[in-house]
Amino acid sequence: MLPLNATIVKINEESPSVRTFFFDIQFETMNPGQFVMVWVRGVDEVPMGLSSKNSITVQKVGEATSKLFELKEGDSFGLRGPFGKGFSLPSEGENTLVIAGGVGAAPLAPYAEAARTAGSEVHTVLGARSAEDLIFEERFAKAGEVYVSTDDGSKGTKGFVTDVLNGLNLSGYDRIAVCGPEIMMASVFRLLEDRKVLEKSEFSLHRYFKCGIGVCGACCIDQSGMRVCRDGPVFSGVQLRDSELGKYMRDASGRRVKI
Amino acid sequence: MYTLTGLKLKNPIILAAGILGTTGASLCRVAREGGAGGVVTKSIGPMPKTGHSNPSMVKLDCGFLNAMGLPNPSYPSFLQELEIAKKDSGVPVIASIFGGNPTEFKEVAEGLLPAKPDAFELNVSCPHAEGYGAAVGSNPCLVEAITAAVKDTVNVPVWVKLTPNVSDITCIGNAAESGGADAVVAINTLKGMVIDIESGYPVLGNRSGGLSGKAVKPVAVKCVYDLYTALEIPVIGVGGVSSWQDAVEMMMAGAAAVQVGSAVYDRLDIFSEISTGIEAFLQRKGYSDVKELIGLAHEMV
Repeated sequence: MLPLNATIVKINEESPSVRTFFFDIQFETMNPGQFVMVWVRGVDEVPMGLSSKNSITVQKVGEATSKLFELKEGDSFGLRGPFGKGFSLPSEGENTLVIAGGVGAAPLAPYAEAARTAGSEVHTVLGARSAEDLIFEERFAKAGEVYVSTDDGSKGTKGFVTDVLNGLNLSGYDRIAVCGPEIMMASVFRLLEDRKVLEKSEFSLHRYFKCGIGVCGACCIDQSGMRVCRDGPVFSGVQLRDSELGKYMRDASGRRVKI
Repeated sequence: MYTLTGLKLKNPIILAAGILGTTGASLCRVAREGGAGGVVTKSIGPMPKTGHSNPSMVKLDCGFLNAMGLPNPSYPSFLQELEIAKKDSGVPVIASIFGGNPTEFKEVAEGLLPAKPDAFELNVSCPHAEGYGAAVGSNPCLVEAITAAVKDTVNVPVWVKLTPNVSDITCIGNAAESGGADAVVAINTLKGMVIDIESGYPVLGNRSGGLSGKAVKPVAVKCVYDLYTALEIPVIGVGGVSSWQDAVEMMMAGAAAVQVGSAVYDRLDIFSEISTGIEAFLQRKGYSDVKELIGLAHEMV
């Protein structure tokens, strides 16, 4: 598909560095965890998890996202997608644990909502650097109980999401959905493995994408050779055993960069 | 087992360059899960390159348009990936390489030799990288010199991948043969462009790129047909092959083997699917060997 023309209808400031852009296209069939390729014309095209059927939630980190932050309501950008494999939804009566760190909350907020709608009890562990960086706390709270952690202790437990997880009975959950910075996900991965609940988990990975449609191979992960853009971005914890998660990722040239 | 320029292939369906070939692990996956008879790596050059900005590839109704821009980690960093592919893929691994001149090609080939690639494929055909690819591959003198330089450096087969964006592809094919090439590979992508009419911007980050997929197959068949007549060395057919029927057609035009690229979009096991389809076709038509198909169309006059 060629990029669709998405016109911005509303912009929400979620935190000092994170904004949600609502656009005039509704991806009715999207599965939470799927992504779109966001084309800031004349600059670059970058993958973004959908934070709802008609929005992306973006952290200002590089050239493309900085340009995106200059756009106003009525401006437009290109959109291709939704692409990739999202999180698997729970069945009615299952217990779901959502573990979100920073802007990793973006694809997990629609997941928590969909899980709740599916009839699951949803608990969320939401972590950020400080209180002002917490994303979508209200949306998660509407879906169920929320446990907050902040690095600086300005809200909730002082420390990391793993500090909250240490106090939870993880065997009580049927599904565990994780998205956040790679270092956080690697810590959660180890913790879930130690607690013998890795089989129930899914992680959303972030890698450098070029084609975004599973052909070029720029985003393949070791040791499986799976494509993050097509076989992922959501992988089961079991698929990520002995993988590069938390160790290294490849840059745009394909060189391994330590995490 | 199928022999091509001395390489023992599991089947004559090979992964094309630039597709799922950046990591050793993905090459192994294409061989093991996909059933490819051999795999060609991403094109590797003398220096790390990040490639063009995105969008770098879009799917069109008639195929795909891409301008990756030869992103690659350079040969020193790619050695470990090549070693993994050699160790675990179970099929011949062909290193695709590029450079701006014979000296650079020689440097990259030499640099990758420690990982023992089964063959080299020289990329003198990428249509959208300034100073590389088709920029050198449309000059027959340079193609001959580059081929000769790599042949002097390595003792494994050397394939030369040709661009169709020239007035006469057989002229470039002849130059590769004169330089000592063991086979030519045809074709790389055709120059193309798409424009976003909402904004007027060309869609690709590089503005224009190369067309692959269904749309280019008849072009590839004609190029292979002409090269088969013009050259003594084998022609490896590539361009828009996405079914066993396409592969058979390519072989009848003169292809000794077939490469598959963009069609991995549909499914990864396209290689075993095509290979099985060809086997069934041979049986149905009463051919005793797949080699009987090669160039068959030339006899039908």
